[in-house]
Amino acid sequence: MQIELTEDQLDTLIDDVQQQYGYDFGDYARASLHRRIARLMAVDRFVSFAELRYRITSDKDYLARLIDMVSVNVTEMFRDPSFYAALRAHIFPVLATYPLIRIWHAGCASGEEVYSMAILLQESKLLHKSIIYATDINPTALSTARAGIYPLAQMQKYSENYVAAGGAEDFSRYYTAQYDMVKMDAALTKRIVYATHNLATDSSFNEFQLIICRNVLIYFNQTLQDRVFHLFDDSLEGLGFIGLGSKESIRFSTVAASYQQINSKDKIWRKAKK
Amino acid sequence: MAQGEEITSPSKVIIIGGSAGSLSVLLVVLPLLQEGLNAAVVLVTHRHTRSEVLLEALLAARARLPVRDIEEKDKPQPGIIYAAPADYHLLFEPDGSFALDSSEKVNYSRPSIDVTFESAARVFGPRAIGVLLSGANADGAEGLHEIGQHGGTTLVQDPETAEVDYMPRCALKLFSPTYTVRPGEIAPLLTRLTSDISVERD
Repeated sequence: MQIELTEDQLDTLIDDVQQQYGYDFGDYARASLHRRIARLMAVDRFVSFAELRYRITSDKDYLARLIDMVSVNVTEMFRDPSFYAALRAHIFPVLATYPLIRIWHAGCASGEEVYSMAILLQESKLLHKSIIYATDINPTALSTARAGIYPLAQMQKYSENYVAAGGAEDFSRYYTAQYDMVKMDAALTKRIVYATHNLATDSSFNEFQLIICRNVLIYFNQTLQDRVFHLFDDSLEGLGFIGLGSKESIRFSTVAASYQQINSKDKIWRKAKK
Repeated sequence: MAQGEEITSPSKVIIIGGSAGSLSVLLVVLPLLQEGLNAAVVLVTHRHTRSEVLLEALLAARARLPVRDIEEKDKPQPGIIYAAPADYHLLFEPDGSFALDSSEKVNYSRPSIDVTFESAARVFGPRAIGVLLSGANADGAEGLHEIGQHGGTTLVQDPETAEVDYMPRCALKLFSPTYTVRPGEIAPLLTRLTSDISVERD
């Protein structure tokens, strides 16, 4: 049975974590955050809110667990295959004109979509001159991404997604299977740089031609969404692209005027010339 | 008391959940909901990701009320039908606006009916009306019960009329809903529940 978590208790927890560790969840979308914390309490079998609070404030190692449970790490390779098909068809030809392609994948979780991007770049013969900066708030998820080891059971689905995204190769060439896990091809990882980055508090660290941030903004309230869009705007070259999740839009942000969606269907926007 | 009750609009929010066998019921219910309905209607149905566009087109063709895609952070407006997108859980923020969440499946489902019902119970309290239709999965029963516990109104499709009776039977096993209804009775009842204060039970 789940323990009731009140809005006041959630506020208390947000304050504790902010003051003690500097992680600010105050502008996360409330409904989802509530579910995540309630789920943490159920999975880790806390019998009361006080017990959870004590654990968080007294055990700094538990913070990683909290971050891991609060951030949603559900992802897949070539998630929304049409998005990747659009990248290949419409964006890569533009990126190909740059001597060095810099891509920021913000909120990459365990890396499945980063490998998807690397595969596409390789097939378009662009990977050798690309650098993908893959960042996430969650160090646990990033270490999975870095290792590039995933369950074999997922590969059937990923292979279907890959084909739906226009992939023409045999998908199994991109990994080596061992027992019930696979390891992604090392050639894909050479151009990927992983780092922790907190969209709620950290600043811009480079300029990019393409920023990917999918199914991250839905967990933020409008204030934080707007902060992140400004952060992206500061990090994107003129004529650069932003790719979002299938239910996300730049439309309501205060930077919207400088961006144009590439077509009515794909969640990719292009920045105006500076 | 649900948070944000004072700042959200006072009209009711109808959430209809269903799975296998629910489409035919929706096609009976939705055309009977008339313009001027004083409640938003939110549909949470299990479906395959790629059939999404088809379902919305079908419902939009039959319904009298406009059927709209859910945009996250939108507030549900009375007289509009909203269909939860495939592959996201649908939640409500304390101010009543829609929130999407792509976290783990619940009851093998995303969207999970339980997740939306539970969120509606917390946010809308007595203003929530939950409807659970035909389905082959236990999803929705717990959440509908919570809507009842938070003072909302609960409707369960009469299992005798359901193409797949497992989902409504799960709910009936768990608690007694405010109403057990046949498909033809649902729209008139929803219209009454949202227009006439005097039929409300306390």
